[in-house]
Amino acid sequence: MLAAPVTVPYVRYSIRAAHWWLARAFSELLKKSHLAKEDVDGLTVSSFTLAPDTAIGLTQHLGLSPRWLDHVPLGGASAVVALRRAARAVQAGDADVVACIGGDTNHVDSFRLTLANFSQFARDAVYPYGAGGPNASFAFLTAHYMRVHGARREDFGKLCVAQRANALKFPLALFKKPLSMEEYLAARPIAEPLHLFDCVMPCAGAEGFLVLSEKKAKLLKLPYARLRGTIERHNAFPSDPVQMRAGWALDRDDLYGQAGAEPKNIDFVETYDDYPVISLMQLEDLGFCGKGDGPAFVRKHSFTCDGSFPLNTSGGQLSVGQAGAAGGFLGMVEAIRQLTGEAQGRQVKGAKLGLVSGFGMINYDRGLGSGAAILAAPKA
Amino acid sequence: MQRPKRKNPVLRTRLPTLPPAARSRVALGLTAAAALGRFELQQCRDCGAVQYPPREACQKCLSVVLDWKAQPAEGELLAQTVLHHSNDLFFRERLPWRLGLVKLDCGPTVVAHLHEAVQKRVRVRAMLDRAGQAVIAALPDKETTDMADDRQLREFTCDPKHRKVLVTDGKTALGQALIKELVSAKTEIVWVGYAEPWKKFAGFDELEKIPQVTLIPLDVTDSKNVRELAAEIAGKVDIVVNNAEHHRSFGIGNRQGVETARAEMDVNYFGLLRLAQEFGPAMRSRGADGSSSAVAWVNLLSIYALANFPPHGTFSASKAAAHSLAQCLRAEMRPAGVRVVNVFPGPIDDEWNQLLPPPKVAPAALAKAIVGALREGIEDVYPGDVAQEWLARWRDNPKALERELSA
Repeated sequence: MLAAPVTVPYVRYSIRAAHWWLARAFSELLKKSHLAKEDVDGLTVSSFTLAPDTAIGLTQHLGLSPRWLDHVPLGGASAVVALRRAARAVQAGDADVVACIGGDTNHVDSFRLTLANFSQFARDAVYPYGAGGPNASFAFLTAHYMRVHGARREDFGKLCVAQRANALKFPLALFKKPLSMEEYLAARPIAEPLHLFDCVMPCAGAEGFLVLSEKKAKLLKLPYARLRGTIERHNAFPSDPVQMRAGWALDRDDLYGQAGAEPKNIDFVETYDDYPVISLMQLEDLGFCGKGDGPAFVRKHSFTCDGSFPLNTSGGQLSVGQAGAAGGFLGMVEAIRQLTGEAQGRQVKGAKLGLVSGFGMINYDRGLGSGAAILAAPKA
Repeated sequence: MQRPKRKNPVLRTRLPTLPPAARSRVALGLTAAAALGRFELQQCRDCGAVQYPPREACQKCLSVVLDWKAQPAEGELLAQTVLHHSNDLFFRERLPWRLGLVKLDCGPTVVAHLHEAVQKRVRVRAMLDRAGQAVIAALPDKETTDMADDRQLREFTCDPKHRKVLVTDGKTALGQALIKELVSAKTEIVWVGYAEPWKKFAGFDELEKIPQVTLIPLDVTDSKNVRELAAEIAGKVDIVVNNAEHHRSFGIGNRQGVETARAEMDVNYFGLLRLAQEFGPAMRSRGADGSSSAVAWVNLLSIYALANFPPHGTFSASKAAAHSLAQCLRAEMRPAGVRVVNVFPGPIDDEWNQLLPPPKVAPAALAKAIVGALREGIEDVYPGDVAQEWLARWRDNPKALERELSA
């Protein structure tokens, strides 16, 4: 079971270290669950800026003595992978309550430094090429997707505009102003064909949730969501010359099989949305439409919380901000809120099944990690 | 490309910045190939798979024996972008910047700097950037008009077009061939040094007639002369071609005393040192001075700098010393993005190599190779068949070459 969704309010820049953000996420989890820190006997940590520390260093920093610990440095795939590992630990009895936290700080110059040393391949074969960071990598994928599948900027814009409308109902989103299609189209170019509102804004923040047994959740009187199915895959389709798909396309039958559900049963979807083209790729690979049908799917549906296909109901990273590894947690935490009735004005009516997808680590020319989870309301 | 406007001397000169220079050690294999103008990628010795980005193990069969080997350089452009934002100072000053994602015919997909005339098919080259590290550039698969004028490509080359060049010795056949090559490459000004100005040399009148040429007395063994000339023109020189050399036959046993060896060192080694001390600082300050910035320093060395040729033993030693100093100069010029180009010819077909059998490199061919290296952005130049063969022998087994030269 998943419970106690928490978000530490994001800020654009922070003078604090990652430890500060992760500490706050952890203490918010305790506050929300009324647990003492000794009661949390498992921990997963995801962060880019925690270095030189890892999860184990954080235990001493926070005075924790967990009997089960994992460091999950998988970027946008972190939350799904952390959930999978934590759920197995609880199932096996290795831990009773696992706190899964992800967060990063963002100093004024830390994003550039993260980029320059992101990976060996990035340092050798990407960063010296204009130092555009992920904007440049996703510009290639977007240009290729537009050429092959006939997507237009308006299609990506529709997702961005709808997510901004969702974000206006999420008090913790950093973007507070409505976004119109005209503003989206008129934005300045960043890495053609990407323009300003196609790109996430790096910021500081943290997110977290608890993984525990149903019995324990009931004992603690915590509203919870049930894990119905989950998949994970890394470096799928390595011989594709340019990324058009990722692991979901390999594993989605397994995912729906575990959950005993089909795409049409899903009430809302939280994609990993660092750039809108990646949301389209996930919707295709996860079977909501055929390969290459993303543009037609976008034109057919509406994506606000009250729309025909509620997507990224808290605004996604595009409108909340990308707090490093917390970016992978944003959708998971929002899905728990939706399924435990905590989503306030964003509540998707009758939401019983939600799908959360994760995607992470542009090591060289593509995102390597992919994962997804189907979560259900307890009585679904 | 239009001739750049005259610079307003009141305006501040832009300071040099470098593109990101950090590379893993294994990635420097690409730099080693690019320095010679070659396109090489790692290829698995066991299964033959071509790899990129550079790595420690074959992604197909996990073998750790990956050799840098010449690869076909053709490919197809999959996607392109134009950056309007960069996280790096060097690129911020040069936006917008074009990039392409290229599927090479030999296998890997590469991120490349993209020439503006590229269509679907491309030819890639490994080139040195201003930081002296290799990058991959994608060019049109067929030569286009003024291809070298591309704004981005000019950041990787040292094209003398619209630049001002100092050739340190105009008296030799090579010097005069160099001047002709530079003029036909649209060099704006060629300052031509000549020692002993009281003597008129063969070819003087012809040089004087070339409008781009300015003849200036220069003796690289005279510190005061070098300093005074630098005070006059160092702030304007974009490329130094130091071709001044002193060359006599014989090694140790066939000659009495050290006078000849000292004269060789005075020109070949100390001459470079004097020039570098006086011209280097001004050039370093102008490494990013517009589209015709200070860009290169060329040293005429010799293949004998790699291994001593005993019949010309003291000359070989002076060139080895100059080579070592040139490596120091390269390190000192690197922060400014000014490239040090070392030229390692085999025997030149001139009077000092009279007794050597052919093949020998003709001065005109050598001049063409030097200017060609500037235009291509190559850093280590082994011009002609002799030098290429000796380089191959030296890379294969330096000890064997030592024995062969002493035979």
